[in-house]
Amino acid sequence: MNSPSAALTIGGVTKRFGGLVAVNNISFTLPANKVLGLIGPNGSGKTTMINLISGALKPSAGAIHLHGDSISDRSASEIATLGLSRTFQIVRMLPGLTVLENVQAGGVFGHRRMWGTELREHSRALLQKVGLQGVDDTVVSALTYIDQKRVELARALVADPKVLLLDEWLAGLNPTELKTGIALIEQLRTEGRTIMIVEHVMDAIRSLCDTCVVMNSGAKIAEGTPREVLSDAEVIRAYLGDIDA
Amino acid sequence: MSNADTHGDTKPTAFAQAMLDLRESAVLSGTEKRNLAICAIVAALWALLPLFSTGYILSLGISITIFAGLATSWTLFSGPTNYISLATAAFFGIGMYTVAGGVNLLPYPVLILIAAVAGALFAALIGLATLRISGVYFVIFSLGLAELVRQVVSWGQHVMGTSSGLYVLVDRSDSVFFWQLLVFTLVVFLVSWWIGRSRLGFALRIIGNDEVVAVHCGINTARAKVTLFIISSTFAAIAGALVAPRWSYVEPTLAFSPFLSFQVVIMSLLGGVHRLWGPLVGVIPFTIMWEFISAKFPSQTTLLLGVAFLLIVYFIPHGFVGLIEDFSRRRSGIWAALRSKWQAKGGGHE
Repeated sequence: MNSPSAALTIGGVTKRFGGLVAVNNISFTLPANKVLGLIGPNGSGKTTMINLISGALKPSAGAIHLHGDSISDRSASEIATLGLSRTFQIVRMLPGLTVLENVQAGGVFGHRRMWGTELREHSRALLQKVGLQGVDDTVVSALTYIDQKRVELARALVADPKVLLLDEWLAGLNPTELKTGIALIEQLRTEGRTIMIVEHVMDAIRSLCDTCVVMNSGAKIAEGTPREVLSDAEVIRAYLGDIDA
Repeated sequence: MSNADTHGDTKPTAFAQAMLDLRESAVLSGTEKRNLAICAIVAALWALLPLFSTGYILSLGISITIFAGLATSWTLFSGPTNYISLATAAFFGIGMYTVAGGVNLLPYPVLILIAAVAGALFAALIGLATLRISGVYFVIFSLGLAELVRQVVSWGQHVMGTSSGLYVLVDRSDSVFFWQLLVFTLVVFLVSWWIGRSRLGFALRIIGNDEVVAVHCGINTARAKVTLFIISSTFAAIAGALVAPRWSYVEPTLAFSPFLSFQVVIMSLLGGVHRLWGPLVGVIPFTIMWEFISAKFPSQTTLLLGVAFLLIVYFIPHGFVGLIEDFSRRRSGIWAALRSKWQAKGGGHE
């Protein structure tokens, strides 16, 4: 199951909240240096899946491996130091900290541990890379929504993660911002980063993902290239409802 | 601080990492050197106080010094994390009782050491058990904690059949006493300053802003919080041990008085908890005002303390430091506006 090129392996993961099965026996593999899209209608369990991987939630059953290390029984902070970073569906800033400090936060105790000048320089470089310049000492509340998303992305990247989880990172952006956003993730992809994205924006899925996993009501209903899954009859039914209905 | 969560072979051991961190933090910037120098000069001048005055002014100086230490150590934990602790009295009382109980058995310096260890152990126990609760639950718990310890001590004294109070007779002149407290407060300042610029201090600020983000940044939040809680509480216990001889008579209602906890919180909030020198800015005026109040209205102190609390929280939520920084920001804003207007005018003439 843990082939050497597998960055993230999800094996039969289930999550129950009381009687509700939010994630039902899901298995898939994210190969290293690839981009995997996790898609599905609202409430299909995608964010729960992300939370299970990042350690915010513990699976009721099943195993998750990060480069061969079992992470399903580890705390979120341990998983982060092992090399997994994430962004949040609703952007989470540290309001009392400057933009630069927000980015630095990711590198103090992260996978790549830095401090002092090294951390500062590296964080500055990342801010530049995500397209933010001259706002290092600004308070984050003064930033626009996309710029806050950029900060969050830089914070996730600063510790040089082995796997990056983006939870609807493109949601809430206007068409121009969306183009910029897609280009940014595209750039990370060409650098050879291993990324898993949860997304509703189909353009992004088509242009960015190597493979796609489709969830509906907690179960995996399809897996394959974006073209394959988006033409899959069951996927269409999950999104648009039954034609006979 | 060490990070025992290191995995794999490529990362250094926790000890090596701690040593690296220590070396990193030994490098001082120009501003830091300047601030340290200012701090040293102020402390040296303050240390001269007993040479110029005795009696009332010195005793006021002693109060200010001790509260500066207590408020700064309180802020060390509660400032960045926003966990308002009302447990200062619990640890202060433990320190005091350690000295009171052992003053006839062991030398005084040894007792101070034992008080510190006792405070640290108790804080570790409490921290591990309670730092999972937050917000108002933590506040109430910490208040109840001091009361619990007080009741246990009273009960213990009752069972052992000793009198409710203990005498602490250690021969110290007021000047020596003052210098002892000054050293203590300086140590609190130095430790707070050092933690504030360390990884641990930064981690605490992240935790105070958003604990979920902190966890996903790889911070072991429970350990960071417990560590800081222990350091902060140990200082409170040491303070109690240092103050005990001055009170000379110690009993549970005095040693574990919730009044002390509230005073420390109010002074810190009055000054401002996001700067190292913030609590100090609150301690000085408050202590002087309090001397006045307790002399003029000895039976209304609780009422007035409550009113002071309300006024501070409503009108200066960010403390004096917040006011000062707002003011200087506004002033620089006005200057910038004037300058640009002036330049625009100048441009118009040409």
